[in-house]
Amino acid sequence: MADLNKLTLADARDKLRGKEITSVELTEACLSAVDGAKALNAFVHDTPDLALEQAKAADARLAEGDAPSMCGLPIGIKDLFCTKGVASQAASAILEGFKPEYDSTVSQNLRDAGAVMLGKLNMDEFAMGSSNETSVYGDVVNPWKVDDRNLTPGGSSGGSASAVAADLCLAATGTDTGGSIRQPAAFTGIVGIKPTYGRCSRWGVVAFASSLDQAGPMTKTVRDAAIMLEAMCGHDAKDSTSVDMAVPNFEAALDGDIKGKTIGIPKEYRMDGMPGEIEALWSQGTEMLKDAGAKIVDISLPHTKYALPAYYVIAPAEASSNLARYDGVRYGHRAKLSQGDGITEMYEKTRAEGFGPEVQRRIMIGTYVLSAGFYDAYYNRARRVRTLIKKDFEDVFAQGVDAILTPATPSAAFGLGEMKDADPVQMYLNDVFTVTVNLAGLPGISVPAGLDKKGLPLGLQLIGKPFEEGELLQFAHTLERAAGFVAKPEKWW
Amino acid sequence: MSIDITTAAKVAKLARIKVEDDALPALAEEFNAILGFIEQLEEVDVEGVEPMTSVTPQRLKRREDVVTDGDQQEKVLSNAPDAREGFFAVPKVVE
Repeated sequence: MADLNKLTLADARDKLRGKEITSVELTEACLSAVDGAKALNAFVHDTPDLALEQAKAADARLAEGDAPSMCGLPIGIKDLFCTKGVASQAASAILEGFKPEYDSTVSQNLRDAGAVMLGKLNMDEFAMGSSNETSVYGDVVNPWKVDDRNLTPGGSSGGSASAVAADLCLAATGTDTGGSIRQPAAFTGIVGIKPTYGRCSRWGVVAFASSLDQAGPMTKTVRDAAIMLEAMCGHDAKDSTSVDMAVPNFEAALDGDIKGKTIGIPKEYRMDGMPGEIEALWSQGTEMLKDAGAKIVDISLPHTKYALPAYYVIAPAEASSNLARYDGVRYGHRAKLSQGDGITEMYEKTRAEGFGPEVQRRIMIGTYVLSAGFYDAYYNRARRVRTLIKKDFEDVFAQGVDAILTPATPSAAFGLGEMKDADPVQMYLNDVFTVTVNLAGLPGISVPAGLDKKGLPLGLQLIGKPFEEGELLQFAHTLERAAGFVAKPEKWW
Repeated sequence: MSIDITTAAKVAKLARIKVEDDALPALAEEFNAILGFIEQLEEVDVEGVEPMTSVTPQRLKRREDVVTDGDQQEKVLSNAPDAREGFFAVPKVVE
């Protein structure tokens, strides 16, 4: 059978269980797609031997009729997840050579569910970036192309997005601190869901901003997102913020009816200078949900404007604390020292050599906003604003809104290098529609909904109530079916 | 609030990141651009609003105060840039 790598998780699962294909065949198809896609720079640490070993084990389980939910399905893992014995360096020079002695809970959950790991995926360094241009491995290239420019796949989960969109793997893990799953999913025409804070264990995932970070799946369809999310999440005693709640069967909930449900359209997301095509897509999405029987209401989330500035206090503050551990002592890079250098010089040189410019910038901003004299003015104020942002959402949910529809990104994918001379704040604006969701701890999903005039994918975002991923996936599934997005990038790599 | 070169140098020192003197003016300028953006927060009325400590309503779980892990010296040291005799090795700290 040709092009097995192009299958969805759901189709591959059914074919594996129906004995039409084997996991080894499927895995080999993906490995050969990975080998042929070096130009995308999505996979950065390939694990073909491990993948084939896992595929053989999966085939044996399938033959015995003992197949867990992801049995034999080849996926990619973002470099931010610790994977036992396999390089895990958060796309940073400071973790050069780091091979964890353990698996993150999420990657272990996926292993336990029978998934096959093809390798580690490129990303922005420490997940700090929106274009995958801050990686020590170099830029990731978007498989979508409309002229001679190479486009960004978005970030920070750019390698995951590019790999799934180019059919190098059936699905991939991502992480989302301010939009790092949903923005790249939108830029590459795939589905990406960030679950409610606490759904997925953060244990073993390299920390960026602990109160915002969540892992989630990046997949070809909403059904696949349901399947993989269920395998990833669950309570974990090793992460005290992981919630002790039963994990529902998300896939079973997909086909429910959305008749009579209420979708809110927030007026604050209608930004000045927003491209007409995105505005039009948003209206079309609204109509689609209305046609499916949902009630559409206009809502207001008055503090939306302050989400990005609050985020750029809170996230760097937490990062400056989390990244203090990279000191050249326990793992990763240590700078060569000169005669007479003491421990302070070791720290300072190691961190200057090991961290790229964006990471250094955010650590220092975080250091500044937490420093004596500014803690109240910046950090505490931002946390107060965060309370208000969360309250905005609580208020509309209390008024009977079941989910909120917004654009996923303020533009389609842009060219690599095009933002090089812009000030950092311009890049931060990429997350304007997604970052509110992290601040409020809510689940959010990006669904591909159309193409722009040039032929590049655009996504819509649905935001759900806390721990209502099942219902959110149902809305997303409805939108996906109505939008009928089937476009794929033409292979040029 | 404007950040000058001295403040930029102080922040770099606090963050334990070596920044060469000639890179400080550009760094200070970047800080100012970002802080200028952040300063919008001053427009928000936060009177009486509690700073968020947890985004989910749950309290942090407590566990039994018992040893759950251990005897992994070799694994703990396996990624160290310099490990000797079962310890992490660093430049001399005390004269």
